[in-house]
Amino acid sequence: MTTLTRTLTDTQVVAKRNLLKIVRVPEILVAVLISPIMFVLLFAYVFGGAIDPGDGTSYREFLIPGIFAQTVVFGATFTGAGIAEDMQKGIIDRFRSLPMSQSAVLAGRTLSDVVYNVLSLLIMALTGLLVGWRVRGSLLDAAAAFGLLLVFAYAVSWIMALVGVLVPSVEVINNASFIVIMPLTFVSNAFVPLDSFPPALRVFVEWNPVSTLTQACRELFGNTNPAAPVSDAWSMQNPALYTLICVVVILVVFAPLAIARYRRTSR
Amino acid sequence: MTTTIEAHGLVKRYGAVEALRGLDLEVPEGTVLALLGPNGAGKTTAVRILTTLLRPDEGTATVAGADVLREPEEVRRRIGLSGQSAAVDENLTGAENLEMIGRLYGFRRRRAVDRARELLDGFDLSDAGNRPAKTYSGGMRRRLDLACALVATPRVVVLDEPTTGLDPRSRLQMWDVIAGLVRTGTTVLLTTQYLEEADRLADDIVVIDHGRAIAHGTADALKAQVGGERVELVVADAADREAARAALAAVAGGDEVHDGATERSLSVAVQDGARSLRRVLDRLETDGVRVLDVGLRRPTLDDVFLTLTGRTAEDADASGPPPGGGADEERDLVPARPDAAGEVAR
Ligand SMILES: Nc1ncnc2c1ncn2[C@@H]1O[C@H](COP(=O)(O)OP(=O)(O)O)[C@@H](O)[C@H]1O
Ligand SMILES: [Mg+2]
Repeated sequence: MTTLTRTLTDTQVVAKRNLLKIVRVPEILVAVLISPIMFVLLFAYVFGGAIDPGDGTSYREFLIPGIFAQTVVFGATFTGAGIAEDMQKGIIDRFRSLPMSQSAVLAGRTLSDVVYNVLSLLIMALTGLLVGWRVRGSLLDAAAAFGLLLVFAYAVSWIMALVGVLVPSVEVINNASFIVIMPLTFVSNAFVPLDSFPPALRVFVEWNPVSTLTQACRELFGNTNPAAPVSDAWSMQNPALYTLICVVVILVVFAPLAIARYRRTSR
Repeated sequence: MTTTIEAHGLVKRYGAVEALRGLDLEVPEGTVLALLGPNGAGKTTAVRILTTLLRPDEGTATVAGADVLREPEEVRRRIGLSGQSAAVDENLTGAENLEMIGRLYGFRRRRAVDRARELLDGFDLSDAGNRPAKTYSGGMRRRLDLACALVATPRVVVLDEPTTGLDPRSRLQMWDVIAGLVRTGTTVLLTTQYLEEADRLADDIVVIDHGRAIAHGTADALKAQVGGERVELVVADAADREAARAALAAVAGGDEVHDGATERSLSVAVQDGARSLRRVLDRLETDGVRVLDVGLRRPTLDDVFLTLTGRTAEDADASGPPPGGGADEERDLVPARPDAAGEVAR
């Protein structure tokens, strides 16, 4: 077997192992899928009403893509926690004593977490439709938006994979990820229009990939709002492209770092 | 005879703690070496180095012809490891655990499934094979872990304290499984805190203390050194002590009778344990000596340590270097197997 097919097979075997855990401990799934529903309902009704500058329904629509973006980014915490949990257990010694691909434990985890994100997007979309969110563009564009959400979430889960290898404690991971992910998602245009930020933060918001991901989704779903003007920054003018560039940069930097760190752990 | 596991001068430090202080090991092909030592002696550290999980600070090691530091991948292909804590995924069933390992060894799905079934049958786990491992007892988990180590039928198997924490029945079962493995010609390195286990399973024993080998020889040589089984008794009345001493001396064949922890207890090393015990009891009966407690005690790691270092294993457990340097030289015990003698001498 070539190294590549070996890596792919091993990754898939590890991913299957991770997914079997959902079958055995379905409570995890419930917890993971209820929070997206909560997010959609909370933001749509509580903030959607409060922030709404005028037409309630359209502002709610404006919010939903931001909630999608925020939720999948938060989902990466799950990757970090899963890896941290594995690193604490004897099973990691088993994996490390096998002649398997050394990247498969992390790659398998990030892969299986794509499944979580697919499920949580599905649930959020359904909840969104129930509270009045609509896809106003073509279905193809909508599919592209979901695709973009998934690849971005995949990239962020490699950041958390590195954190999970570095800090093998589930509690610490959960706290640490809030420290990193909260600013990323809240200092973005996900929930409030850009012009409501003070000028000093505006540049950060404009180049924050969570903003561009949200912006790209709004455009693809046809959920843009005339009451929230888009900035002229290049990133916001080409949000999908800029988001994809970020995905590539994150993957190129963090995947090798995480794998190298995994290899060196306890050696 | 080819040497399957060979380690020279292994040193591993954790900050100020020297977990290994120049450990040498040699395991000839098809034999079983027991690394015998108390908690904290460095057994797990040695195992982790030999199985590529840990890099030594100094020293070299080859396992099954591959260099642990330069060809870790090759070593992993050739060994099976069952670590100190069972490394099974408790959310997977026994079968799923084994199939996963098979796949990660590069087996095709069919072969992985077949091998899993074979191992479950062989390890008395077929009934539990489709239950998540978290429902397993400690003994079952341990057996599953060993089965995981054997998926690729490795030539070398490393077992870190395979029976620690098991109940007596599970321990016996585990011993049978390991003995079966040995019969197939597998080279085994196992660590243990039990002299009895080393005696039962191993051809050679290395006694390890504070990261160094302090003795090396066959189980028989070690037992000869330590003094084999002992009859221990406690008399009901301290006045009968001398009568009891005479009874013990009569069966001991010249060995000194030791005073026990209290003024009513005595012990002596004996050759044929069960028969000696009966003779002592008969004699005490005839002499009208009332006995509170009597028993046959096999030598333990504590006895080994007491003999070799003048300290008990518990003292050795406390960190810090051993007092007096009495344990600094490795002792070659009188080898019971002459063929092993030349090879192990350094
Ligand atoms: N990761 C570690 N960090 C610090 N000290 C360690 C670590 N692992 C082992 N040690 C120390 O190294 C010594 C040997 O440990 P170990 O090899 O686990 O002994 P054993 O397996 O014989 O009980 C002990 O003093 C232990 O406390
Ligand atoms: Mg140990």
